[in-house]
Amino acid sequence: MAEIHLTGRAASPGLAIGPVTVLTNVVARRTAVGDPAQEAAALRAAIEAATDEIAGLIRTVQGEAAEILEFQVAMLGDDALAEGAYDAISVGVAADHAWRSALDAEIAGYRAADDEYFRGRAADLVDIRDRVLAHLGGADAVATIAAGSIVAGDDISPSVFLAADWTGGGAIALAAGSPSSHVAMLARARGAPMVVGLGPLDWNERPPALALVDGDTGTVIFDPAPETLHVFEQRIAAANVARAAAEAGRFDPALTADGRRIRVLINVAAPEDLAGLDPKICDGIGLVRTEFLFEASHGLPDEETQYAAYRRILEWAGQKPVTIRTLDAGGDKPILGLTVDGESNPFLGLRGIRLSLGQPDVFRVQLRALLRAAVHGSLKVMLPMVAIPAEFDRAAAMLDAEFAALTAQGVASARPPLGIMVEVPAAALRAEDFDAAFYSIGSNDLTQYTMAAARDIGAVADLNDTGNPAVLELIARTVESANKRGVEVSLCGDAAAETRLIKPLLATGLRTLSVAPVAVARLKAAIATVRE
Amino acid sequence: MHDANASRATETMAPLTASAILVNEVGLHARPSVKLTQSAKRFAAAIELALAPDGPWTDAKSPVKVMRVKAPKGATLHFRVTGADGEAALAAMLALVNDGFGEA
Repeated sequence: MAEIHLTGRAASPGLAIGPVTVLTNVVARRTAVGDPAQEAAALRAAIEAATDEIAGLIRTVQGEAAEILEFQVAMLGDDALAEGAYDAISVGVAADHAWRSALDAEIAGYRAADDEYFRGRAADLVDIRDRVLAHLGGADAVATIAAGSIVAGDDISPSVFLAADWTGGGAIALAAGSPSSHVAMLARARGAPMVVGLGPLDWNERPPALALVDGDTGTVIFDPAPETLHVFEQRIAAANVARAAAEAGRFDPALTADGRRIRVLINVAAPEDLAGLDPKICDGIGLVRTEFLFEASHGLPDEETQYAAYRRILEWAGQKPVTIRTLDAGGDKPILGLTVDGESNPFLGLRGIRLSLGQPDVFRVQLRALLRAAVHGSLKVMLPMVAIPAEFDRAAAMLDAEFAALTAQGVASARPPLGIMVEVPAAALRAEDFDAAFYSIGSNDLTQYTMAAARDIGAVADLNDTGNPAVLELIARTVESANKRGVEVSLCGDAAAETRLIKPLLATGLRTLSVAPVAVARLKAAIATVRE
Repeated sequence: MHDANASRATETMAPLTASAILVNEVGLHARPSVKLTQSAKRFAAAIELALAPDGPWTDAKSPVKVMRVKAPKGATLHFRVTGADGEAALAAMLALVNDGFGEA
């Protein structure tokens, strides 16, 4: 049997070897029966089944995990949770849609909480939501996972993850999934390697027996040849030694082998990413994605919700700089009621700043929230997908206008520096034409637009290489423009978390890199090996 | 840590009120909410809680609604209890809060 190499995205670091457990698709498509009484009965049955399932799970776990599940049972047993769903069903909405909407509204409430602890409970509500949805879809009960196995499937829910024993090794390999999912957070916390976005796992009904998961580079090898397995085992031994050394240095400033100071920032996809994280590991936050605020299906977040979220992140960072990116919807990040459906090529369509300028009422709310949050720390605001200076100028004018309006109303606010994300080759080539206060190179999109190859299309994934000289030249050109104009430049993107790319990236003159928190220790260790 | 000056307005079914300060580390979070609602459900009396003496009042028997209050550490929890076993219910609620739900 030939070994199968798949490349996805690293979601939790580490290496693992183990037998494969295949998860079947948990959430199946469901056909509504249409009759409100039957739909209500279906929802009631699904809630009961989910409750029974969790109750069974509680008997197998202890401590904190059991308490989380007991809380879920209490919530599911409370009619108040499904009240909104039953109301919707009574006017003809299908049970699964009604339940999803009701829970999404509840989840949005938790995500908007001031208190970190309450925000963290959003994951439990997501779990409750999905477990009931699985039962509504007529899916089988959640699969059990043997300790030490490599779990392969489309996606995995927190309760499935929690149901497994990760103390004896094991890892996760997903066709879909996200590095910023709660399962990814749980996996990082438990030290279980995880790779997401592998693309369809199609084994022609002959699932693999053994898998090697590399949560550092985001690769998975199914059914490895003996020699591959042997090399991997040696890497595990070496990695154990290296990880111990890297972890020891994660609070130290990053220095190259010849003593040059490199600023290491972190990327934040949601406030939960900062939970339990010590600001001392980084020099600031290089990228805050704001899409998490727009995920809930019930309308767009209001100014207060956004302000509270931004303020919390700034307060976490103290005096360290925080760069928040305005909404980058569109492309692979559709948002209900905002992005355009059915574009023939969403990556070349109405996304990022193009969408924000086309929806000025939505954009103004975000700008006001940012202006108000700016008094709570060292905020910078970044515009995504900018291609021409006129886009920057229009956004800057809107920011100035909102600042003037807030000031006139006596509302505490400050005008943050406004910069651009350099991810369209046109902007990289002509960076000096922009009046931007800083440049932040988005290496993921810059690479795919330069190479005309998406990284999630396996057949062309090898072309999607930030180390390609064409991409590096655009990065170097942007750095040069920044130096000429005397403004800051940084790079945020997965390239900065790839050890092999650190030397060529620093060779472009970059001195600031931004990576996911989980990659900080590794990045600092990689920087320390570079001699320029 | 509390001002358990429970007062009875009239002799009949007028509500009893009292308040106590949340002393446990993370406020009225998942585990305390479950404990509180489980305890509340043992009584026939209607039990409500609020962050202010004049409400808005939340059903203390609903974990979903109690969690929506998102009461942080240091908040004063006001209780309003109506029913035959109201006094015992109120005492149980105050004991739980003052005890930090056993985790202070």
